[in-house]
Order: sequence, then C-alpha cells, then structure tokens
Amino acid sequence: MVWETVIGLEIHAQLATRSKIFSGASTAFGAAPNTQACNVDLGMPGVLPVLNREAVRMAIRFSAAIDAELARRSVFARKNYFYPDLPKGYQISQLELPIVGPGEVQILLDDGETRAVGVTRAHLEEDAGKSLHEDFHGLTGVDLNRAGTPLLEIVSEPDMRSAREAVAYARKIHQIVQYIGICDGNMQEGSFRVDANVSVRHPGEELGTRAELKNINSFRFLERAINFEVERQIELLEAGGEVVQETRLYDADRDETRSMRSKEEANDYRYFPDPDLLPVELDEVFIAEVTADMPELPDARRSRFNQVYGLKPVDAATLTVSRPLADYFERVVEVSGDTRLAATWVMGELSGALNRDGLEITAASVTAEMLGGMLRRIADGTISGKLAKQVFEAMWQGGGSADEIIEARGLKQITNTGAIEKLVDEVIDANPRQVESFRQADEKKQAKMLGFFVGQVMKASRGKANPQQVNQLLRIKLV
Amino acid sequence: MPLDRSDVEKIAHLARLAVSESELDAVAGDLSNILDLVEQMDSADTVGVTPMAHPLHMAQRLREDRVTETDQRERFQSIAPATENGLYLVPQVIE
Amino acid sequence: MHDKSIAQLASGLRAGEFSSVDLTQAFLDRIEQYDGALNSFITIAEQAALKSAEAADRRLRTGKATLLTGIPIAHKDIFCTDGVKTSCGSRMLDHFIAPYDATVVTRFDQAGAVMLGKTNMDEFAMGSSNETSYYGPVHNPWDQESVPGGSSGGSAAAVAARLCVAATGTDTGGSIRQPAALCGLTGLKPTYGRVSRYGMIAFASSLDQGGSLTRSAADAAAMLQVMAGFDPRDSTSAERPVPDYGAALEDEIAGLRIGLPKEYFGEGLDPAVARSVEQAIDEYRRLGAEVKKISLPNSALAIPTYYVVAPAECSSNLARFDGVRFGHRCDDPKDLEELYKRSRGEGFGAEVKRRILIGTYALSAGYYDAYYLKAQQIRKLISDDFRSAFEQVDVVMGPTAPGTAFGIGEKADDPVTMYLSDTYTIAVNLAGLPAVSIPVAPVGGKPVGLQIIGDYFQESRLLNMAHRYQQVTDWHLAMPEMQDLG
Repeated sequence: MVWETVIGLEIHAQLATRSKIFSGASTAFGAAPNTQACNVDLGMPGVLPVLNREAVRMAIRFSAAIDAELARRSVFARKNYFYPDLPKGYQISQLELPIVGPGEVQILLDDGETRAVGVTRAHLEEDAGKSLHEDFHGLTGVDLNRAGTPLLEIVSEPDMRSAREAVAYARKIHQIVQYIGICDGNMQEGSFRVDANVSVRHPGEELGTRAELKNINSFRFLERAINFEVERQIELLEAGGEVVQETRLYDADRDETRSMRSKEEANDYRYFPDPDLLPVELDEVFIAEVTADMPELPDARRSRFNQVYGLKPVDAATLTVSRPLADYFERVVEVSGDTRLAATWVMGELSGALNRDGLEITAASVTAEMLGGMLRRIADGTISGKLAKQVFEAMWQGGGSADEIIEARGLKQITNTGAIEKLVDEVIDANPRQVESFRQADEKKQAKMLGFFVGQVMKASRGKANPQQVNQLLRIKLV
Repeated sequence: MPLDRSDVEKIAHLARLAVSESELDAVAGDLSNILDLVEQMDSADTVGVTPMAHPLHMAQRLREDRVTETDQRERFQSIAPATENGLYLVPQVIE
Repeated sequence: MHDKSIAQLASGLRAGEFSSVDLTQAFLDRIEQYDGALNSFITIAEQAALKSAEAADRRLRTGKATLLTGIPIAHKDIFCTDGVKTSCGSRMLDHFIAPYDATVVTRFDQAGAVMLGKTNMDEFAMGSSNETSYYGPVHNPWDQESVPGGSSGGSAAAVAARLCVAATGTDTGGSIRQPAALCGLTGLKPTYGRVSRYGMIAFASSLDQGGSLTRSAADAAAMLQVMAGFDPRDSTSAERPVPDYGAALEDEIAGLRIGLPKEYFGEGLDPAVARSVEQAIDEYRRLGAEVKKISLPNSALAIPTYYVVAPAECSSNLARFDGVRFGHRCDDPKDLEELYKRSRGEGFGAEVKRRILIGTYALSAGYYDAYYLKAQQIRKLISDDFRSAFEQVDVVMGPTAPGTAFGIGEKADDPVTMYLSDTYTIAVNLAGLPAVSIPVAPVGGKPVGLQIIGDYFQESRLLNMAHRYQQVTDWHLAMPEMQDLG
C-alpha cells in the first residue's frame, strides 16, 4: 500500500517591533507578569486599537522577500472565542483580505536539489497571553504581557511531501525572517512557532483528513512529530479506522502526538470586519520606501558568495545560513584581505569554539575585526598557521588582540634566513646518524625522513621558524 | 424563522451566557420576534451592493512604533476579582 | 442660577456674581432635593466636584479660563472616569472603578468643567426608555410616571430638571436625540468620527457617537467645541479641523433648503406630534427657508438593519466581560465554563442578553451572509438615499420620535415595540450623519422633538438652524415643575 504524505505548515512569527501591534505597551521578553499589559491589551471597557506602522512595514518586507502579491488594501477581522488568555474575547486577525497574498520560497533538500514551496498567504494578527497551569492550587494563572504582540501568520500551500521537506521549508522561512530583520526566530522563547497540518492519502486520491499538530518548539521535534503522526494515521487507516480532524499536541518526552481534549467541538469564530479599525491602504510611495532598504536575501547572498568570493556552493550555503554569520564572514574578509583563510577559520576554529561553548555568533568573544586581524598576520607571514591556533584560543579567552598576544608570547615567526640556517646547521650536527641514513635512502624514503628534520628544527625554534624556509634549507644542506 | 429551545441553547453556549431552563422558551420567543422584524430585510434588492462596514471613507492610520505605556499592574489589578503574584486567576484550564 | 445658559453662567462667573463653588453647591443641592424622584444620577461626586470648582475659581481669576470653566456638567455613566465608578447602567460593572479617563472626559477636565456625577442610562446603552438600568428606571421630570427616553435618559432628565447645566450622552440608534425629544432638550449627535470614542464603553462600534444634551443650540455648540477633535487613540477618529461652532450660530438661514421625507410623516406617527412638527416647519418657512418634499425610499429597512448590525457588534464588544480581569464575577465557579456563563448571566440584564444572543446568531456559521452581510449592504443603500437627498436639500427634517413620553412599564414587555421608538433616528446612525433634536410645541404637556439631519461634518449648519428657531420661539426655555421631595 503506497501512501503519500501531505503537509502544510502554519508559522507564527512574532514581529520584532518595540511596541505591540495595537497599543504602545512594550514587547520586551521576560518582564514580570502583567507589567507590560496596558489597558488596551487588557481589553478594558472603552479601549480601542491603533495599528503599529512597523508591523505593517515588516509584513511588506516579508512580502517582497518571498516575491508575493502585496495587498494594497487589507482588512482586520475579529475572530471571536472565549479563552482566559484572550482578553477581549476576540482576536484581531485578518481573514478574507490578508496583507500578503500568494508567494513562494525555494527550499534546499538533502541531496542538494532545490524545489519550490508555495506560500498561500501571510497576515497580521495579535498574539494572545499565556496561561500557567502549575502551582496555583487548582487554578490557572494568566499573564497578558504577550497579549497584543504582533504576529505574522505565514500559511504554506500543502506542498510538502515528507517531514524532511517540511523542516527544510520551516528552516527557510526561519532564515528569511531573520535575514530581513522582522523576527528573531527564537523557537525556545516562542517567537517562531510552527504548526503542522498532516494528512495521508493514496497517490492521486483526494486529500485525506488532516490533523493539526501544535506545541513543536524545535526543527528536530518538527520532524519527529510529523513522522509519528504519519505513522499513526497510516496505521489507523490500514486498520479500517478514520482520521479525525482535530488538533493534536506533540509531547517531546514521549515523542508522540496527543489529541487536545478541550478542543473537540469545532469553533464557530463568527468572523466579521473589525469596526474599530479601518482598511489598511498601502500606497506605492510607502511600499517603495519600505522595500528600498531591504537587506540582501539569503539566496542572493549565497549566490554572491559563490561568485564573488569563489566559495564552493556548500561553503557558501554554510556561511550564509544566518545573517549574523554572513555579516561576520564578510567583515573578516574585509579586515584580513584573504577569503580562503577567512572561510577556513570561520567554518573551522570559530564555529568549533562557538559550538563548544554553546554560543551564538553574536556572542562570540572574538569579533570579526579581531579574527581578521589575526588572519592578516598569517597572510603576511608573521605567524604560522599552526601557531595561529594558539593565538586564537588566547583571544577567545580574552587575552587581547592578535598582535598583543603575538608580542606578549614572542610568537613571531622566524623568517630570517640566517637565523633559520643556524638552526638547521645545529640540527644536522646533532643528528649525524639520521643524516647518514637520509643520504643513503631513496627519494620516496627521503621525503618521509625529511619530516623528522623539519620537526627537529621546529622544536628547536619553538615552532617559530617559517616551515617553508626550513624545508628549503634542509633540502639544500642534506644533499 | 422561529427559534426553538435547542437553538437558544446553542447560541447561548457560543456566547457563554447562562440561560436557565425556565427562561429558554421565553427567550426563544423573544428572539423569534426579533428575527421576524429582521426578516424584513429580505425585501431589499442588494445584488451587487458593496457592504458598508464604515460610515467613513478613511484608511487606517498608522502609529509610530514607540513604547508609550508604563507598568500600571497595581492599578489595573486593584479592580480584578482574583489575582496572585501578578497573575489573573481562573479555574484551571485543562489542555 | 440653575436656569441660566452656559454663556450667561460664564459671564456671571467672570463678573464675580457667583463663584463656581456657589454654582456647584447649588446644583448639588438641587440633586439632593429632586433626584430621589427622578433617579437620573448613579454616582454623585460631591467632594471631587467641589474641588474642581475651587480649581476653576482659581483659574477664572488668572484669565486663562474657557467657556466651560467652572460650569457644572454631568457625564453619562458610559464614559470612563479615572478613579470614579463607571457602571454603564449594569450590574456587570457595579463595582468597576475606571482606571483611566475617556478622551471626552479629559477634554472637559482640561477645559475646567466641573463634573457633578455620572448619569443613569439603559444598560450598556441598549434601550429607548432608560428602563433597563440595573439602578432602576429614570423618571421624566415632565411627568414622573413617564420615561425620559433612552439610552441617555439620566442625562436628559438631569438637564431637563436643571440638576446640571448640560450633560454628555451617546447615540447609537437615537439615544441622545430621542430622550432629548421626550424631555424638551436640544440633543446633538455629531458625525461619526467627530468625537473620540476612546473610553466610551462600546456598544456598536460603527454606530456609537458621543454628543450632548443641553437646553439650547448655543449650549450644544459650547459642548461640541470641547468634545470635537481628532484623537490618535481612536482609529475611527476623523482628522478634520474643528470649526468655531459658536461663530456660525447667527448665520442667515434664508434660502436654505429643508427636505421633508414622506416616509417620516406616514403611519405610526402620532397626529398631534405631526402637527407640532409641521408648525415648526412653518416657522422655518417664515425664517426664509425653502421646504421640499423628498423621499428616503429605504427608510423602512433601517430598523431591521440596525437590529442586526448593532447586536452583532455588541455581541463581540461585550465578550470582554467575563469575570476575569474586572467586573462581576460569580461566586465559586467550578470550572471555566461556569465562570463565564454565570458571571455573564448574572451580570447582564435581559435586554442585553437578548441582543448578545441575536448578534451571536447573526454572525454564526451559515447565517452571516443572510444577516450581517445583507445588513451592511442595506446600510449602503440607506446612506445613498441620504447622499441623493443632500444633492437636493441642505438639511432633512422630521419628527424625532413617533410619540411623546410613554408610561414607565408600558412597552417594557415587548422588545420589538420598544425598538420602533427609534424609527426616525436609526437611519442617521447607519449612515453616520450628524443630527440634532430640538423642542417644538408640546403635546398634552409633554415635550415634542424636531429632528434636523445634516450632511457629514455639517454640525455648524445644524446648530445654526436650531439656534435661529430658538431665537424666535421659547419651547427650549420651558422648565418642568419640580415636585419637592418634601
């Protein structure tokens, strides 16, 4: 029995505005409960919403980034339902006339292939507050700080056919929203939420009944949740059962999806245009102003890295995975003047150190300037590549700039031919037997034995001798 | 179109309004009368007419993205029925 | 003192004939003396009023006062007043102390007006007789067995009985104009968007508008001058400059064209009221206005349309009253469902519940197109009727209400009969136009109102037409005989 998986994703990206979408309260994360919920957010009698310009600008940027149709006129609608974290008893959202229309993104699959995934629409809406269920002696505590935070709900076409594709799409959207600076993409803090609509069918048949999966807060869990759900549905259908259209929560501890008891009844949201808000009308001047200073998009940047810096596609992709990383890399290139070194070190030592210490690149203790400075010293021969690792580690621990460390530890590479020659002579004198063996050996064996002499000279120079010169001089003198 | 008891129960549930058993019939009657009044709309020919959600032909004003509200939790919660540690309390919600 | 206009009082204050404290105390005394029988006030803010009066007196001495400085007014209990109970006539908000001021309230405070208290109203502004208030019905000072009209019945009764100089009100389907008509006052509903709705507890957001109940057009001009203006906190607030409403009052009205819709003079109108209104129109002819018969063909659809749009919007606006953050909460709810249902069931009165239910039904799945959408389409037709009318005439006139003040309890049992009281006023809200009701010759000792409807943002013209009539008649100066409580 061949089954085809059909997946659509609904992503809620919290927009990085300073204030809420409809009020002037702060959106800063981590404040004490209800200290950032003003009267408008609390739904006090008599309050009214006023739309945040920056939220609109961010929606326009997103529209441009996915090449979508931008609605010149869009309308806010009320979605009516009762829940403690929804103060007004309705959520202000957009239904029939969303601000962003159909668009598309290219996703990168494991095999290096790309394919297009359609975005049906994206609309602006307000976030709800948070309910806390523990520790209140049988009661639930409600924090409305988050109520009113702007969200961009991005709905994909049901174009994905595997959990892998879904993850690739989610990652792509994640990358885009970060690149254009509209969302910080922090899934742990809930600023980037992914819900998956999953169904199965026999190829060629109509769409099967879908289940909506929620409570997924990492890409890894997204993949697992979808895979679990697909298996569950297949098993159910093969046993003669029916898939129920419902919302299911992903339980990361048990790696399974569970039906949400409280949402058994289909909600009648009684949508109607919000009479407290007027239609949003965008004129060409405003749109042009917003899209004029769009940052370079990830695909374009990757392409440019490939062409301008001559980076291999896979390296270009790695270095453009996030905008801060790409920015960092380019700054290193700028300061050091050496693309190859920059690529090697950013993808190598720097990434290694970041992973080891569990840091984001924005928190790196070695700035792009500092790394670039160090790479300049390798390029100009002041230090060897091997010693540079020491220097990097010292910088990482806060030992100052590359130059300061090189100076302090006397790590300057010895390139004075005379000095090296002296060391070479000393080593040759100190190892007569090895010299004799060398002179007796054939070319192949000689190549291997040279390493011993080079090593001795490097040791004698405490690593500071320029290896190429050591090599050269040894070859001349050992003959 | 008359409404009956079960219609009223459904609507009352959607609106989260308690309507007692004894009231159901009377309410159904009242609502039915109102719907009779409202049904007079049927006589209007509205084919092709644009719905008017607003008397004003204005576009939505956009507000500058600035934090203008300060923390007034104490004030706001002084009129709340039940709070603890800055949170609003409600009977437990099971998810 | 209690029978003077705003201008006369402002003059007297400046001349030192009396102080604002004197004035305020005088009104507080009248309230104590007469309001027991009328029940027009829900909250009397005695201490605060006297403090404001003192501040006003100081300000008057500096010469930096406005027309309203030191003048005692009342606010309909639908406007949020910081630190003062704001009940909206409902048990749901019986203990609600508003934590902020409505923009309208702020404007009056800034002008230096003195707030005597908050007036009684139909619960959540839903009603035409002020009988649905949690705090009991309001009695019409002209006949205490009769209703004052609604929903701004408390404001109307208070001004009519001279318990305050003027009062604010709100009008969603006629709630300023109809009580003004039944109480012999000038009641002005401005163009939708002219007055900020921030802090004005919402009933039907696309219809609600704040206005005033006063004894004359001149006083209404003074009140509107304070209330009108763009408010950045209200997205539906119009960014239009505010003219000097007093300046145009005396303008010549000869040559202005008055339209009389035939639909407003047909069945259902009390013949005596019709005669009174026709007499008033004759007066306008004498003042030089031209009178034409016009038609507003979709008039009969106004009430059915309103009773879909208003309940639909209110069903959503009142969802916030859930016992969680403010307002009435039931005792010992066993779960969330019960918290909502019982808090709302206990907090809201019967009329409010009816409207929430109808509104919920009209928006629900399967009914949206037939009800809500259809209603919004008819709204367009009704607006278009007025647009055509204003191409031929400058103002539209007719009776404000089909009869005079009816008896308390007379229509309370049948909601639909009550709804028909708004038959001439409702279309104005659907279109968002400005309108004023002014007193004309009474019938059987009870006041009768003439409604004057203008084109968008034509409040100056409306007040001008009202004022010119009031210069040649004195219906607006009549005061009911107040029965002492003894």
